[in-house]
Amino acid sequence: MSLLTIEGLPAAEITRLLDLADGFVEVLDRPVPKVPALQGRTIGMLFYEVSTRTRMSFERAAKALSADTMTFSPSGSSVSKGESLKDTALTVGSMGPDLFVVRHASTGAPWRVAEWTGLPVINAGDGAHQHPTQALLDCLTVRQHFGKVAGLRVAIVGDIRHSRVARSTAQAMATMGASVRFIAPRTLLPFDVDGWPVETTCDFDGAIDDLDVVYMLRIQQERGGGDVFPSIGEYVNRFGLTRRRADRLPEHTMVLHPGPMNRGVEIDPAVADGPRSLVTKQVANGVAVRMAVLLDQLSGSEKT
Amino acid sequence: MPEVINAEDLGRAIRRIAHEIAERNHGIENLVLLGIPRRGVPLANRIAMVLEEIEGTSPPVGALDISMHRDDISSRPTPKLHGSSVPVDVTGRTVVLVDDVLYTGRTIRAALDAVNAFGRPAAVQLAVLVDRGHRQFPIRADFVGKNLPTSGAEQVVVDVEEVDGSDSVRVEVSSQEVQG
Repeated sequence: MSLLTIEGLPAAEITRLLDLADGFVEVLDRPVPKVPALQGRTIGMLFYEVSTRTRMSFERAAKALSADTMTFSPSGSSVSKGESLKDTALTVGSMGPDLFVVRHASTGAPWRVAEWTGLPVINAGDGAHQHPTQALLDCLTVRQHFGKVAGLRVAIVGDIRHSRVARSTAQAMATMGASVRFIAPRTLLPFDVDGWPVETTCDFDGAIDDLDVVYMLRIQQERGGGDVFPSIGEYVNRFGLTRRRADRLPEHTMVLHPGPMNRGVEIDPAVADGPRSLVTKQVANGVAVRMAVLLDQLSGSEKT
Repeated sequence: MPEVINAEDLGRAIRRIAHEIAERNHGIENLVLLGIPRRGVPLANRIAMVLEEIEGTSPPVGALDISMHRDDISSRPTPKLHGSSVPVDVTGRTVVLVDDVLYTGRTIRAALDAVNAFGRPAAVQLAVLVDRGHRQFPIRADFVGKNLPTSGAEQVVVDVEEVDGSDSVRVEVSSQEVQG
């Protein structure tokens, strides 16, 4: 059974995975932060898009569970000779992985890999669509800090249209009972935002007194996010988490960011490194969450 | 479901185990008790309380989660983690593992593996409330509350007050395979 999307995952299931991840936070804190749970298992990692933290986080998680990894990236591979996703997936699939972790610029690619290979697949980000493990680590980080997710007022701010993180994290947090608001220029809101379990506003300053969590997003230049507002300066002025804006947040409000950060654009460096920031906590929790998901995918499935 | 150990006898067994631990180790200096969740943890705490009575001081007590060290993860549903808390560096100490039932020995094999993540003990001893036989590994207990010959079709059910609300050990007939 794969983890392709956070959509439709019930709160009880998310809670079960977060509880498991909490256990792995403790495992990672041991003098020897490694357990033999997935000894002999192999994880095939197909990373068609660049990635620092997600790829390394999955690798760290796999290794802390004693699984082996085979990592594919298009540069230096036969993709430059014209090999298709399908042929690559079948080729790597023939080398005996028990599971695939797939990141791809095209929506739906992880579903296709699951179909073609018959193996479980964890979606590590497909286009602007889904990034379920990011959603889980965000929920875990917020739950650790506030003791709950339900009832929290969460704002996701920035380039929401091009963000799989916004999609996945908003869905997960709404499922867990948070009230989620998107704050962005209209041109950076998704076209179908009316169908989402969120409110929307273009007025960051007007919303700022009323938030427990501020989740900042980068402008995704690679997906065209930079083309829809007049200037970076104007964007920062209205939608950046500047030092001045951060000072106006309620004292208990915490700041999250999925990375990579563009310091000085959506977030001021002093805020990113300041006492409200949970950014490094998110990264640390990412490993525990991915251990939970890998274990959950591979336990109860006899090696074939 | 016949009760084979009642609450009073369970208390007596704990007291005897505590005395044996102190005797075997010439006191409790350098000991650490690690209970295996869930029911091994309250049992370890009770042994420590008795040791406090007889020795005037109690050894550190912790919990050792073995779920990620089992050899059957691939064939069973996703395990729950109960969490380890090992209060001291175990290197150079004598670790006494505490569990409710010793059965196949697989749990203890996993525990011997798990304890290594926390250091290199000088020695490891094992205390169990019930030894029901049917070992699948060359493992034996150092301190046993009660030896309870059983058949594989039977299930030994240990209730402890901290987890289940009362103390008792019963034998039930079950077709389910029990891990221990």
